[in-house]
Amino acid sequence: MEHTIHYRGSAKYIASQELISAVNVAAALNRPLLIKGEPGTGKTMLAQSISENLQMKLIIWNIKSTTKAQDGLYVYDTVQRLYDSQFGEGDVRDIKQYIKLGKLGEAFVAEERVVLLIDEIDKADIEFPNDLLWELDQMSFYIPETGETITARHRPIVVITSNAEKELPDAFLRRCIFHYIAFPDEDMMKEIVKVHYPDLDKELVNSAVKAFYNIRSLPGLQKKPSTSELLDWVQALAIGGVDPELIENELPLPGVLLKKDNDMAMLQRRYGGEATARAGGRNLTRYWRG
Amino acid sequence: MFTGLFYALRREGVNVTITEWLALMEALRLGLAENSLTGFYYLARSVLVKSETRYDAFDRAFLRCFEGIETPPEITEQVLEWLEHALPPLKMDPGAKSPDLNWSLEELKKKLAERLAKQTGEHHGGSQWIGTGGTSPFGHSGYHPAGVRIGGEPVNRSAVKVAAQRAYRDFRTDETLHTRQFELALRKLRLLSTAVEGERDVLDLEATVEATGRNAGRLELVWTRGRKNNIKLIILMDSGGSMNPYQRLCSRLFNAANKSTHFRDLQFFYFHNCVYEVIFNDPFCLRRNSTGTYDFLRRFGPDYRLIIVGDASMGAGELLMPYGALDWGAENEEPGLVWLKRLAGHFEHSVWLNPIPKAHWGVVEGARTIGLIGEIFPMFELTLDGLNEAIKKLMVKK
Repeated sequence: MEHTIHYRGSAKYIASQELISAVNVAAALNRPLLIKGEPGTGKTMLAQSISENLQMKLIIWNIKSTTKAQDGLYVYDTVQRLYDSQFGEGDVRDIKQYIKLGKLGEAFVAEERVVLLIDEIDKADIEFPNDLLWELDQMSFYIPETGETITARHRPIVVITSNAEKELPDAFLRRCIFHYIAFPDEDMMKEIVKVHYPDLDKELVNSAVKAFYNIRSLPGLQKKPSTSELLDWVQALAIGGVDPELIENELPLPGVLLKKDNDMAMLQRRYGGEATARAGGRNLTRYWRG
Repeated sequence: MFTGLFYALRREGVNVTITEWLALMEALRLGLAENSLTGFYYLARSVLVKSETRYDAFDRAFLRCFEGIETPPEITEQVLEWLEHALPPLKMDPGAKSPDLNWSLEELKKKLAERLAKQTGEHHGGSQWIGTGGTSPFGHSGYHPAGVRIGGEPVNRSAVKVAAQRAYRDFRTDETLHTRQFELALRKLRLLSTAVEGERDVLDLEATVEATGRNAGRLELVWTRGRKNNIKLIILMDSGGSMNPYQRLCSRLFNAANKSTHFRDLQFFYFHNCVYEVIFNDPFCLRRNSTGTYDFLRRFGPDYRLIIVGDASMGAGELLMPYGALDWGAENEEPGLVWLKRLAGHFEHSVWLNPIPKAHWGVVEGARTIGLIGEIFPMFELTLDGLNEAIKKLMVKK
């Protein structure tokens, strides 16, 4: 019974109950798990954590805007074969040596059950997910050049992440288990900071996290700071030896958190103090082009 | 089983399909809900709902189906945690161990539920609260003649309570948008074609094979152009005073469109309340920086997509009467409505985006003109749903 596999989260990765249950459902039903969430909520880390916790090999397929579904299955190096034939090198009749398996193919032929991470699927073309439907459903594909069918020996645990840059096709969504990683709340965030920097002063972390959520709650921010920015900030505060009591009121080093001029200007209006001194001049071309 | 939930979900606009429903049944057969309503809630959500924007609809449907269903007191993980920080086991005087026989399981369960509801923190030692090393009937390592030992599989908060919190309300798609979301919506506006000029930088495999064959096997590479977006877009924005409340929203749309690099051509123009014989090149709407509307129509062919952004709210005279324009300098011999019809007739694809929520169109001050303009241009509200609808509309001919 495959569903006895039970993911429980790992020491380096703090997962909510809901997320853990979604992972287990996906593993038991043998369906891809689609993870969405704000940047910096640890979507990619999840696959690593699953692989660590369940002691399975992790295969990562990074998707770029030019990635095609075919790349994940196999690539037939026609040009190499053509060159070989022209210069009489290699055994041209053996097509097999010109077939190179992609990441999905690799996951299928693996000796043991693996975790396959398809990272940022929404970066690819709109049709990309649809092109993979059959392969992910049946866990097999056919190579016409050699007449071979590659079938998964062990259905991999497929984790797919998306930043919601593109709408994914319905037919694809129907086959997935979906989970949205909500932005962590304050307590969870403290835990996360603790996991990354276990030695930091508790008071510093507490007030930094508090200030961080204050900033995030400013209405009209163009780019809300995310977890990774908070982590950088906390570290910067620790290195700079900033007094924890000053953090909430003065918001030192705001440049680590806010990356847009407009956001900086807004912070400046709200807080003043050190934030003002660092934010620089106001941005005049706020609204219209030109 | 649970068919009620299936239909409740569909009524709330979550288009659950049979495939997904069967997957849920399969999951239940495998026992993945862990026999608790909470487990079922998360299981059903992850199998049936495929977008965080529908989480809220799911919560509503779930509430409707399961509201009022009493679940047994579920022991929170927190309680288990309290118990982990335990005192050493309590040594009891054998004499005090006299079994107290006046209890029933039902009563005890009820008490546990009550106490769970009241207790808010850790507690160790003592006779009342759930904790360790005390004499309360609940907990472990303690002693009570009729105690309930708390342990075993952790379960979560009551599912109905979770659903009732409706934590995902913010993700409803009919909420208004961020720049990023605008960008994503605009990205759908595309029509790929190889006819657009550009570098020939993609290998044309078929032509290469053909050419190589003709060359008797000597490789000859043939290059072709990649497919590019062929969409040309004009955004015409109302810059009038009544638009001020929506400035932030419109500026987001502006920023998003401005950042989109995938259009073949993108133009911005402005008007004040309604389009007349001139349109303006910048939002200050000054005559010296304007373009004649006829020139505008000559310059941009009917294949441009037109998005007009405006509240469509004005005095009826501005729309219906010659010389009705609000501005001093305007000399509109023809009423605004005629000009709008001219625009709609010229461009094969056009939509009107209105920052006023659709629900208010019938009741706001400008209801009359909104109605009139809505007859000329397909009108959508400026929300994620509205924009997506509008873009779908722009992809097909009226």
